[in-house]
This record gives sequence, C-alpha cells and structure tokens, in this order.
Amino acid sequence: MRRDAIVIKRQDNVATAIRDIPAGRMAEVGVGEQSVSVTVGMDISFGHKLSLRHIRSGEEIIKYGTVIGRATRDIQPGEHVHVHNVESTRGRGDLA
Amino acid sequence: MKFLGYRRPDGRVGTRNYVGVLSTVVCANEVARGIASQVKGAVAFNHQQGCCQTPPDLERVNQALIGLGRNPNLSAVLLVSLGCEGTDVALVAKSIEDCGKPVQVVAIQEEGGAAKTIAKGVLAAQQMAVAASRIPRVECPSSELVLGLKCGSSDTTSGLAANPALGVAVERLVEEGGSAILGEVTEVIGAEHLLARQCKDENVARELLRLVERMEQRVKAMGVDMRGGQPTPGNIKGGLTTIEEKSLGAIAKIGGTVIQAVYEYGQRPEAKGLVFMDSPGREPELLTGMAAAGANVIVFTTGRGAPQGFPFVPVIKVTGNEVTWKKLQDHMDLSVHGVMDGEESLDQAGRRVYERIIETASGVETKAEVSGYVQAMDIYVTGPVI
Repeated sequence: MRRDAIVIKRQDNVATAIRDIPAGRMAEVGVGEQSVSVTVGMDISFGHKLSLRHIRSGEEIIKYGTVIGRATRDIQPGEHVHVHNVESTRGRGDLA
Repeated sequence: MKFLGYRRPDGRVGTRNYVGVLSTVVCANEVARGIASQVKGAVAFNHQQGCCQTPPDLERVNQALIGLGRNPNLSAVLLVSLGCEGTDVALVAKSIEDCGKPVQVVAIQEEGGAAKTIAKGVLAAQQMAVAASRIPRVECPSSELVLGLKCGSSDTTSGLAANPALGVAVERLVEEGGSAILGEVTEVIGAEHLLARQCKDENVARELLRLVERMEQRVKAMGVDMRGGQPTPGNIKGGLTTIEEKSLGAIAKIGGTVIQAVYEYGQRPEAKGLVFMDSPGREPELLTGMAAAGANVIVFTTGRGAPQGFPFVPVIKVTGNEVTWKKLQDHMDLSVHGVMDGEESLDQAGRRVYERIIETASGVETKAEVSGYVQAMDIYVTGPVI
C-alpha cells in the first residue's frame, strides 16, 4: 500500500506527510508495519503534519513519542497541524 | 549478533587494523602525511592544534591524541613531533603505550629535518604494518561495538527516515550490550529538556543540561543567540512547527535509548550503552571526538549528501533522500528512502541500518574509505589561538 504519511512512534497524535496530500483525500498513514486511513480536511504539503485524532485546545502535540508543542485551538482529525494551531512550550521562532 | 574484529591487548575490539601516524602538532602534518603515504596499511591523522594555545586547550589536545592512539582501529602508533610544541608528547606516548600498543616517536628537530624524519618514520611504520598484518579478524559479540552518531547536510527526510531508522538500530545495538555516542550539543538546543528526561537519572540530566548551557554561553560570548529565530522561516515552510520538533528530528538518532552518562570531548566512556559527549556539530571536530572516545564505527545520516569520512574509523552514510542516493552514489552507503515512499517501515529500515553496521564492522568498506574521502579531522578547541 502506498502511504501518504507516516507516524514515527505509536503514541504520536500527528503524522507527517511524505507527499503532497490534496484536501478530501482518504490518506494512508503508516504506523509501524500497519496503516490507518484518515480523511484530510485541507491540502497538506510534503513534510507538514496532520492530526490523527481530535486534539483539544491546550493538549500536547506528540511526535517522536515526545511533546513538540501545545494546541492553541481544537484540532480535528485530518487537519493541518502547524504554527497556526500549535505553539512551542519553549519559544516560537516566527514570533521572535 | 557477531562480527569479525581485531581484538587488542587491552581487550577492546577494532573494526580496522591500521598503523596510525599521528601528528602531535600542526607543524608536523606534512611529515606525518609523508610517512603514511609510503606505507601500505598506515594512515595519517593531521590537525591544526598543539601549540600557541591556552593550557586547557593544550590539555584537550593531549587527551584527544591519547584517545585517538588508543582507538582499537589502530594496531600501533607512530607519533610525529616537531620538538618544541605545546603538546606533551611524552605523556601522549606513555598513555597510549599503557593500553599495550606499540608506540614510537619521531621528532623533526631531533632527526634533522623532514626528509630524515620521513625516512626513519617510514621504516618504523613498515615494521608496524608487517606486525599488524599478522593479526587475524576473530568473531566478537556486537557488545564490543562503540557506535558514533552524526547527522549533517540534513533535510526533511533526515528527521523522518534516516535518523529514526538509525534510532531503531541504536536501540537494538544497546539492547545487545553495545555502546553508542551522541554528540552535537548544538543540535540538542531546544530539546535539551526532553533529552534530559531520557537520561538515566537526575545527575546525568543535570550534566547534560550543563553542557548545553556551556555551549550556548560560548556562542553568546560572541554576541550570537542560538535560540533566536528557531525554527527558521525555511524550516517552518518545510513543515517544522517548533524548535523542539526540529531538535527532536536530530535526536531521533538514539530512538528511545536511555543516556547512561555524559562525557567531555574525546573522553573514553566507562559506561556501556548510550552516552552523550560534548562536541560541536562540525564534521572534522565531531568525527575526531568520536574516534578519540573510542568509536570503532560511525553512522552519519544525511539528507542533501555529506561526503566526509575519517582516516581510521569507517563512516557509514545513510540517506532517506532518493535524489541524493541516486546523485551522490560515490558518497552514500545505504538508502532508507523506502520510508519516504511509504514502501518500507522504520523498523525494516532500522534493521538494514543495523545489518550494515555489522557488515562494516566486519570489514566491508564504506564509500568514504574506497574513495579516500577520509580527511575530515581536527581537534575541537574552545579558546583563542595565541
């Protein structure tokens, strides 16, 4: 099966696109040897992240099995996860 | 898993069997190179240090040379000295000898110039090379491997494919009792609080945070803030959201492995398993630090294609970028771009990285070795040149 995105660690709540994924596509997301399907709500570019499940505002964003930031608003499954809805728990380069 | 290595008198295991011709000071590099170039099986280690430096840096040079001389990939060591340098040549020679290895010193001012020193050095190195050729490879457990970790010329594929695949291999090696060394303090900035949590205990975590802070202070002293503007606008455009995510992409090289101890630059780890070592990210100093700490194989992940190798430690290049794999065939050893195509899982890719480590340790040559692209070497100093 041709995957569209991959999850680095099983506990991650986001996946990273390994190709450009058009809005509305049922994306194949590789989790270890398996894959799951997530319908993406908007265009997701190569290298960008998409949510695997509903993430509430204030909840931690997990990638590499580790916290990479915190949601600044509710995020739907399949939504683009980036600087518009996540902030660092350390310091934000784009606001520096 | 087993590999075929060279067991040394101190019990350490080499994956290569060179005679090391180590220059003790920048001024002796030409002679060291001259000797090594005339003896099959000899390699030169050159650097830009060893004189007109602060005492702490000179001590660092002494310790680095001792570590390099003791590296199990060298069967014997010929030190090439000028004669008036700041390096403590007698200490270096004695300390290397203490691990049971033959050591000889030739000094340019004593021998009467480069030509005579090269002639004497060549004869000594020839004898060492003949003796080295008698040492057979024997079966050794993977727990004898000390793996240096490095990433460079990174791109999006590094954090998604090559580094996590290496992380899988490191997890397996450490489970089998082997060791690995993570360096590149600068790469850790932004995720040091996360890496601290991966440390064995609070003391180790504190040591690690101290190294990161010290590196940041050194850079700050030059008026530069390493944290500012991270991730860069280019990183954000590429999909990296936070500085933690960026740093984690680099740290993914260790997977979920616990950090057992923290060491100074080039210091040989006493602890088994994964350790963290003070070092900059730049290749010559990083690779040299790994070799001085006793690494017998290094894995170097790259996105855009880094060519560097080291004179006597094999450096395996792993890329997750298919374009780089095809374009830079003379530098890349292994591709895990199947992860990026969605055709291979990280676990499968990690198994291939592990297998390549074992093969390389047993004698399979890297692209850097066969192409002779092995001159990335220098000793890391932090003070001024005087």
